[in-house]
Amino acid sequence: MVMTTHEEKMRTARFRVDDTPHIVVDGEKCRSCAVKSCITVCPAGLFVGLDDGTVLFNYENCFECGACFYVCAEEGALSWSYPKGGFGVTFRES
Amino acid sequence: MTASKDSENFDVIIVGAGPAGSAAALVTARAGLKVLLIERGEYPGAKNVSGAVFYGSAILEKLIPNWWEDAPVERHVTRRDLVLLSPTTSISLDFRSSSAGYVEPPYNGFTILRPKFDRWFAEQAEAAGAFLLCSTVVDDVIREDGQVVGVKVRRDEGEIRGDVVIACDGVNSWLARKAGMQRDLHTHELSLGVKEVIGLDEAAIRERFQLSGDEGMALEYVGAVTGNVHGGAFLYTNKNSLSLGVLGQLSSLVEQKTRPYDLLEGFKSHPAIAPLVRGGTLREYSAHLIPEAGWYMFPQLFSDGMLVAGDAAGFCLATGLYIEGINYAMQSGLAAGQTAVEACKRREYSRYTLSLYMDVLRERHVLTDFRAYRHAPKFVNGERLQNVYPEMAARASESLFRVDGSRKQKLLPLYWRTLRQVGAKPHHVVQDLFQVARAYLW
Ligand SMILES: Cc1cc2nc3c(=O)[nH]c(=O)nc-3n(C[C@H](O)[C@H](O)[C@H](O)COP(=O)(O)OP(=O)(O)OC[C@H]3O[C@@H](n4cnc5c(N)ncnc54)[C@H](O)[C@@H]3O)c2cc1C
Ligand code: SF4
Ligand code: SF4
Repeated sequence: MVMTTHEEKMRTARFRVDDTPHIVVDGEKCRSCAVKSCITVCPAGLFVGLDDGTVLFNYENCFECGACFYVCAEEGALSWSYPKGGFGVTFRES
Repeated sequence: MTASKDSENFDVIIVGAGPAGSAAALVTARAGLKVLLIERGEYPGAKNVSGAVFYGSAILEKLIPNWWEDAPVERHVTRRDLVLLSPTTSISLDFRSSSAGYVEPPYNGFTILRPKFDRWFAEQAEAAGAFLLCSTVVDDVIREDGQVVGVKVRRDEGEIRGDVVIACDGVNSWLARKAGMQRDLHTHELSLGVKEVIGLDEAAIRERFQLSGDEGMALEYVGAVTGNVHGGAFLYTNKNSLSLGVLGQLSSLVEQKTRPYDLLEGFKSHPAIAPLVRGGTLREYSAHLIPEAGWYMFPQLFSDGMLVAGDAAGFCLATGLYIEGINYAMQSGLAAGQTAVEACKRREYSRYTLSLYMDVLRERHVLTDFRAYRHAPKFVNGERLQNVYPEMAARASESLFRVDGSRKQKLLPLYWRTLRQVGAKPHHVVQDLFQVARAYLW
C-alpha cells in the first residue's frame, strides 16, 4: 500500500533495543513547557502528551535524528545521546 | 584489536563512516598511514539517510576508475523536473538530456541507497588498508595540553590514540561540540527530512517516468506540498523502487505545529504525485536532519590535532531546488585526508600545520562554492520562495489554461491578480527579485 498509517511506517524500520535508554525525558519538567514541540516534530511519534501536562516518552523506536533535542524548550528536561554501538535503528534501504 | 591507553597509536582516527569519513580513510590509507575508521552503526550506512542523488561521480572517478561498474548504484539521472504545486495543480520545468555529460560515463548523477552505497564505499577504504571498527560510539576526544590526541569510545577499551582526529560524524556532530569547535545549532538552521522507499516494479518505473534501461529521474517539488512549513519534497527513481520524502525547516515545523509524517502522506496524495506512486508498497520509512545554513553554520574547521568534515562541518549545499551533501562530504573528507597526510609527513599536528585544510578546501571548490551561495539558504527558507510564488505560478496557470467562455485575461493582469490572491505585496516582489539575483546571479 502507498498510503500508510504511522504505525505501518514504523513497522518497516528495524530496531535493536538496548536496555539503557539513550534519551531520557523528565516528564515533570515538561509540565511547565507550554509548546511541547517534541510531540510535533518527532518523526517516529515517540512523545505522547498526557492530560496532567507531563509527557510520556519511549526510546525504543527512535531514529536518532536529534530533532527533539533541538526543539526542547525546557532546560534539563531532555538528555540526549546515541545508543550504544550497534544498537538502535538499522536502515537497510534508505 | 586492543586499544588501551599505551598500546596502539594510529596516525589518523576518523569518526563516522559516511561519505566524508570513508573518503578521508581512503586517501590516508592509500598514502600508507595507519588509519582507524570508527562507525557507530552495525555497518556503515546503517544510520544514514539521503534522498538520494549522488552528484560526485567525477570526484569518485578520480579515486576509483569506473567506480559505478562495481558500486551499488541505482540509476544514472538523465531527467529532472522542478515542479511547482498548488493544492490542486502542478506546473513543471522538465529537463531531459541525451548529451554526453548525462548519458555517458562518468555520468552527472546517480540515484543511490545509502545503507548499500556507504557499505561499499567503506569497503574501498578497507581495501586500501584502513581498519574499520563498527558498532562503536565515540563519546569524546582525548586532550593533552590543549592538543587532541585521540578519542574516547563507549567500549571496555575506553581510549584510542591517534595523531590526527577527523570528525566526520554528521549533522549532529557531538564531537565538534565536545572539542569546542562548534556552537549549539538553531532550529532555523536545520531541516528534518522524512522519507519512504516504495517498492515498484522496474517496468512500471520505466513507463511512468519515460525512462529506458538504467536511466533515472529526479523530481523536486516546491509550493503547496509543505503547507506553511518552509521546505520542499523530492521523488527519485531507483532500480525497482522510488525514494520520496518531504523536508521541513525545524523551526517552521514547530511554528506551524505540523507533524512531518502528515506532510509525507499529504504529498503522496497530491494529484500530481498519486499516479506516480500508485500500486507501490512501502519498504522503509526513515528520518534524518540536514544542516541547511551553509556558510553561516561552519564550525572552527581545524584545531590542534583535529579537523571537521562533511555535514559535521555544515558542508551541505541547499540552494533551494535540491541538496548537494554527499559530494561535498566526499570533497571535504578528501581535503581533510590530504591535510592529515601532509601533517603526518611533517610529524607536525598543530593548528598551524592543519590550517592547510583551508587551502585544500578552496582548491577542491568547497569553500568557494559555499561562499558563492552563502545568501541562498536564508532566502530559500524565506516563506515566499518556497510557499507563495510556486503556488502563485500554479494557480495562475490554472486560470490561464481554463476556457469557460469568460473574458480572456492577458498575462500581466492575471499574474498580478494571483499575486494579490496569495497575499504577496508588490514591494516584496521587488525585494525578492533582488534577493534572487544576489543569491544566484553574482
Ligand atoms: C532526506 C535527505 C535527503 C538528502 N538528499 C540528498 C541528495 O539527494 N543528494 C545529496 O548529495 N545529499 C543529500 N542529502 C544530504 C546528505 O545526506 C549529507 O550531506 C551526507 O550524508 C553527509 O555525509 P557525512 O559523511 O558528512 O555524514 P553522514 O552521512 O551523516 O555520516 C556520518 C556517519 O558518522 C556516524 N557517527 C555519527 N556519530 C558517531 C559517533 N559518535 N561515533 C561513531 N560514529 C558516529 C554515523 O553513524 C554515520 O555513519 C540528504 C539528506 C537528507 C536527510
Ligand atoms: S531523536 Fe528523532 S526519532 Fe528519536 S525521539 Fe528524538 S525526534 Fe524522535
Ligand atoms: S519540548 Fe522538552 S520540555 Fe517540552 S514537552 Fe518536550 S521534552 Fe518536555
